[in-house]
Amino acid sequence: MTIRALSPDYEGTPRDAEENFHGNRLLFVYWQNHAMFCSPICIPVPPTMPFAALRDEVLPGLYGSHPDFAKIKWNKVHWFHEQEDWKPNPSKTLAENGLVHKSLVQFSTPGLTGIGGSGT
Amino acid sequence: MNKPAFDVQATNAASRKAAPRKLSLKERYNLMTGDLGWETTYQPMDKVFPYDQFEGIKIHNWEGWQDPFRLTMDAYWKFQGEKERKLYAIIDAFQQNNAQFNVTDARYINALKLFFQGVSPLEYAASRGYALAGRNLRGVGARVACQMQAIDELRHAQTQIHTISHYNKFFSGLHENSYMFDRLWYLSVPKSFFEDAMSAGPFEFVTAISFGFEYVLTNLLFMPFMSGAAFNGDMATVTFGFSAQSDESRHMTLGLEIVKFLLEQDPDNLPIVQHWIDKWFWRGYRLLALVAMMMDYMLPKRVMSWSEAWEIYFEKNGGALFEDLARYGIRLPKYHEVASKEKGHLSHQTWATFYNYTHATAMHTWIPEPHEMDWLSAKYPDTFDKYYRPRFEYWDSLAKQDKRWFNPGLPMLCQTCQIPMLFTDVGSDPTRVVSRESVYRGTKYHFCSDGCKDVFDYEPEKYVQAYLPVNQIFQGNCGGSSLSDVVNWCHVEPADSGDFAQSEDRANWNRWTHADAGSEA
Repeated sequence: MTIRALSPDYEGTPRDAEENFHGNRLLFVYWQNHAMFCSPICIPVPPTMPFAALRDEVLPGLYGSHPDFAKIKWNKVHWFHEQEDWKPNPSKTLAENGLVHKSLVQFSTPGLTGIGGSGT
Repeated sequence: MNKPAFDVQATNAASRKAAPRKLSLKERYNLMTGDLGWETTYQPMDKVFPYDQFEGIKIHNWEGWQDPFRLTMDAYWKFQGEKERKLYAIIDAFQQNNAQFNVTDARYINALKLFFQGVSPLEYAASRGYALAGRNLRGVGARVACQMQAIDELRHAQTQIHTISHYNKFFSGLHENSYMFDRLWYLSVPKSFFEDAMSAGPFEFVTAISFGFEYVLTNLLFMPFMSGAAFNGDMATVTFGFSAQSDESRHMTLGLEIVKFLLEQDPDNLPIVQHWIDKWFWRGYRLLALVAMMMDYMLPKRVMSWSEAWEIYFEKNGGALFEDLARYGIRLPKYHEVASKEKGHLSHQTWATFYNYTHATAMHTWIPEPHEMDWLSAKYPDTFDKYYRPRFEYWDSLAKQDKRWFNPGLPMLCQTCQIPMLFTDVGSDPTRVVSRESVYRGTKYHFCSDGCKDVFDYEPEKYVQAYLPVNQIFQGNCGGSSLSDVVNWCHVEPADSGDFAQSEDRANWNRWTHADAGSEA
């Protein structure tokens, strides 16, 4: 049973189906231990966007206001897709790197500990 | 069982003849509730009441549902009418005396905005919900109790609108709360909470709202706003609070009676009711994140900390309640220990989130004054200085350079509670958010907690339909693609949002009260 409803075969229509986003997919991005940004950020991106474009063109607009951002050594960043380690190929697209609609990508930046070392 | 129709007629005829004798409370209650119901004959009862069985609740004897107050409609009208007369007399006096200037300072009004935008529409939603539940429950006692509560809730919505309309003449953010409630991102949290309950069956609705909301959590929802108003000189809000209080205590008592009634009717009801208690505790607790930040950050004069309120009203009083319910087989709601663990973090994280997104709210935020930060340090010795003070001080330093910081992105929302995914893993790493995922029919769904994931996993067909404001914006359904398009579409005006320091509210307040003239220096 997937719902307690008057009609036993009731089905809901998912409101965030991929086809509702005009060719984009939702992507959730989260910079670990930089809690100044209160939550992961939601962005609509085309699945054909190269990972390098996400990293070099999109993320600065989202996170560039943090004093740690300019100090990130991108070759030392750990990436995660959902909870798993993830090693994206920068020249391949987001889809080719295995991301789907509503994927959650997290990254950690070792050595950068936020405002005053507080994880902010 | 309900009486057949001819019995009602007979009783009515008999009572007409015996009119001069004054009826006892019990007789009056029997005549005006039990005797209003009958077994239908033109159509089977199951067709007349088609919605009260699919939830699996078994009721053998509806007469077990007793209103402990034995309130009848005639007494109800009289009692409520008196309260209305008193309330409106006080509100008139309040308005004539410009008593809105007696509040502590204009920051306080933002607590009122949160209440008016997020809670008053719930009163109206509750009115609709109880009207619906009253129609769908076949027991006459339950129907009459739901009818009265539906009228109560409508009255609360009206008295709040009337009272707060006076503040609307002076302050921003208090116009058009119905549009805001339907459209603004943070108001989808209370809205979806209530719509979840209303779109369930009638038994889940009354368990969710009468028990979960009115009984278990009301001391943490309604009362903090009212005591906050009293502490901060807002006599108008205190007055509608008082006017609602006797209704609230009736609703609370009824909430407990309902759960006991369901549990006494059939042992098969226990797991269903326990599941609802688990679900609605967690959903209610998540909703309280808004109250936590109000208590710790938005009241210039604080009543008590969120953490203290949680200890008194949930850990202590709630603990006693569930000890009492243990004889029915009910245990404490699942994940109550998570809620207790989060008590040192909840208000700070929520306020910081509103600070992130004040350019898209219909209220103002600010950095606490130094003495307020010290109060937070004292109330939260294990968490505030270590995790939260640094971000407020950093933001403050930016604001002082005229670089007030806002989050340029939009938040990822939890599929169930619809709150930004802001809750961290307070046990192992309080600077990292918790995220949980389910895959249903090939699509990912994300959650802020195990509690919210459980709710989804139990009824995914319901929650795949959730209207998540951020996702709707990216689908192009919210007035346009720029932030100002979306904010306009929510009926939020420029003066409603942004930092308090730059707000019209602050400038007006200083002008009207001469607060800048040095009296505070």
